[in-house]
Amino acid sequence: MQTVKLKQTKRNKIDPKIFALLLACASMTMVFLAYTSAYIIRQAAGNWLEFRLPNEFFISTGILFLSSICIHFSYRFFKKKNTSLYRGLLLLTLVLGIIFIYIQYLGWQQMLTMGIELNTNPSGSFVYVISGMHIAHVFGGLGVLITALLHAFLLEHRVTEKRILRFRLTLIYWHFVDFLWIYLLIFFTLQKV
Amino acid sequence: MTELTSNATEEKLVQELGYDDHFHEHHDGDKFQSNFITTYVFSLDHKVIARQFLITGIFWAFIAGLMSLVFRLQLGFPEEDMAWLRPFLGKWVTLSEEGVGAISPEFYYAMVTMHGTILVFFVLTAGLSGTFSNLLIPLQLGARDMASPLLNMLSYWFFFLGGLIMFLSLFLSTGPFSGGWTAYPPLSILPQASSGSGAGMTMWSLSLVMFVVSVLLGGINYISTILNLRTKGMTLWRMPLTIWTFFITAIVGLLSFPVLASAVFLVFFDRSLGTSFFLNEINIGGEALAQSGGSPILFQHLFWFLGHPEVYIIILPAMGMVSEVLSVNSRKPIFGYKAMVFSVVAIAFLSFIVWAHHMFMSGVNPFISNFFVVFTLIIAVPSAVKVFNWIATLYKGNVRLNAASMFSIGFVSMFISGGLTGIFLGNSAIDIQMHDTYFVVAHFHIVMGVAAFFGMFAGIYHWYPKMFGRHMNKLLGNIHFWGTMISAYAVFWPMHYLGIAGVPRRYYSFDVFQTFDHFDDMNKFITIAAFAVFLFQLVFVLNFFYSIWFGKKQTKKNPYGATTLEWTTPIEAIHGNWPGKIPTVQRWAYDYSKDGTDYLPQHLPKQDFESDEVH
Repeated sequence: MQTVKLKQTKRNKIDPKIFALLLACASMTMVFLAYTSAYIIRQAAGNWLEFRLPNEFFISTGILFLSSICIHFSYRFFKKKNTSLYRGLLLLTLVLGIIFIYIQYLGWQQMLTMGIELNTNPSGSFVYVISGMHIAHVFGGLGVLITALLHAFLLEHRVTEKRILRFRLTLIYWHFVDFLWIYLLIFFTLQKV
Repeated sequence: MTELTSNATEEKLVQELGYDDHFHEHHDGDKFQSNFITTYVFSLDHKVIARQFLITGIFWAFIAGLMSLVFRLQLGFPEEDMAWLRPFLGKWVTLSEEGVGAISPEFYYAMVTMHGTILVFFVLTAGLSGTFSNLLIPLQLGARDMASPLLNMLSYWFFFLGGLIMFLSLFLSTGPFSGGWTAYPPLSILPQASSGSGAGMTMWSLSLVMFVVSVLLGGINYISTILNLRTKGMTLWRMPLTIWTFFITAIVGLLSFPVLASAVFLVFFDRSLGTSFFLNEINIGGEALAQSGGSPILFQHLFWFLGHPEVYIIILPAMGMVSEVLSVNSRKPIFGYKAMVFSVVAIAFLSFIVWAHHMFMSGVNPFISNFFVVFTLIIAVPSAVKVFNWIATLYKGNVRLNAASMFSIGFVSMFISGGLTGIFLGNSAIDIQMHDTYFVVAHFHIVMGVAAFFGMFAGIYHWYPKMFGRHMNKLLGNIHFWGTMISAYAVFWPMHYLGIAGVPRRYYSFDVFQTFDHFDDMNKFITIAAFAVFLFQLVFVLNFFYSIWFGKKQTKKNPYGATTLEWTTPIEAIHGNWPGKIPTVQRWAYDYSKDGTDYLPQHLPKQDFESDEVH
């Protein structure tokens, strides 16, 4: 992304790109807040099929959280110039991300075996749509991770300001999709009672 | 005092006190402007993108205006022969056996729907805040460009793409979407509901998703530019009110537009994948629909959670520009600068907790309605503060009457007239009588349609030299203002009477309601006035495009004697806005008529003769 090079931006503590990403995260959060509030309103209106969330969703949460920890340490090793751990942990993050999506898919399969199809009842539809929407955001994250991996493996390991910034952008987005899913899982769990 | 504000002195000030960011030593911006495509089509320069937004907006306003003429013809002259429209509208004008043409009801509803969608989103959101946020944020803040010119360019092209899809949908054989700009289910979900609910609605929702992407990319950029790229000395409390309103508008858009996208996604699931988020117990042709268990009211909640903030997204930038234009043209500081900022913030906050006042009669709990009534009426407070401040700014001012200032005063007039009827409609009890009547149509057209247009016109006339280096024609500007002012009131004022008498909006014809027969003449009058409004807009369009090439050339850098930074840039716009250093800011934006001077520009340091009064 080409940005205007301005020395005056240095007087600010936060980089404009990071700030812009945080704004984007805020607006993505609004999408999910809209869905979860719609969920609450719809649930209160009755004709609501209660069902237990498949265990897969809880397992996948652990996997995604683990991947967040991986990328966090990968960032630290990147700054400490430990190339092999930086590369390895970043690769692990990607693998865990892909496993997360696969387990979410298994969760959907489990819901189908429970007899809850996409159009059975809004209670199930909401879970499919919200988790599907989240997966779409994880896919975006995977794209970002692949770019970061290309940088990690193809470029020489140098700790420049530009690369720190790039990594931090990746880091923030990946943490965002992680915490977003944790919020959604807690929401689903509490709303089931 | 005059030497303080001459061209040469101002230039010297920029060079002596300016901030050197070594921008022009890099030349990396130049490669983005090396040929026609990168200069005018896929431009990264905020001034070009602003003009792209504006001209696209004018195109859409023209289309949507023509649409209103079509349905006004039906409302004013339902019995007349419309066969002469057949060459333009084809099969949408049906011929009876005697050869008398009539506008088909499906087409009437499609026109009403498209008129609303296009004006609300494409003209008054993209055309208004897209244009002026892009143009003024970097220029008034002392920035070389937006924080991310690339996102800025994408923002325009997503808008263009959304517009293109909507435009193509106009030519579908089944017609564009016709279920109202609010796209309530089941009209927006069931293809059986109307001919536009099939492919028309698919394209409508696709177009809107593109538009939401455009607004978000733009908004992210506006906010990060305002918070990160202000020049030295430009504290938040020294920003012109235009920037404040663009800032708050962008925040409101960033928080509300994603909700519209979510609602449209759920509609997509209901349409295509058999879910029933919004469908419940519907019978089609005597057969029960398989999809059941949803709630159409849920869609209304989601829609209006965007929909209400949206009207402030439209009006706030207009308010900011009017404040600026009124202050410059009355040669007085804006009255109550901080009160203006706080009321914009208050309006923006309240806009998020009043959405259900659009749904009083949809079956929501009346006790919940009370909550929304209270907050709706509280909006009158910051709105009244703003109106008071505009009038107080004009009071005893040395008012210059030109098209920009007259449109600003016209804005205040429209905002008062339309705002007062909002107090009626905000009461859920009065809404029992008023809902879905022409009273509502009159209210929102005056307060957010005409008023926002007036703000936009004020901005166009005022900043035209900054966009094209020329002035618009004064006489044509005056004709445009007086013609629009009178004929717009002539359109919407009578609608209040129709509404109080209970004439419902959206109806194709009133043949079967004898009780409304005596309004026939009034409806004719409104239609004729609507044609007049349209003709006066042609004067504007003519003036606009004529002046781009043949208008009076801008000779002075600062033709209005304004304090803000955009008038320190060269007449011939350049990449990076300032040729050498960026001016630094020494004072707030409204030092007019201070201590015997005419005005003290923002980059002028404190002078010896100045008093210490704090604004």
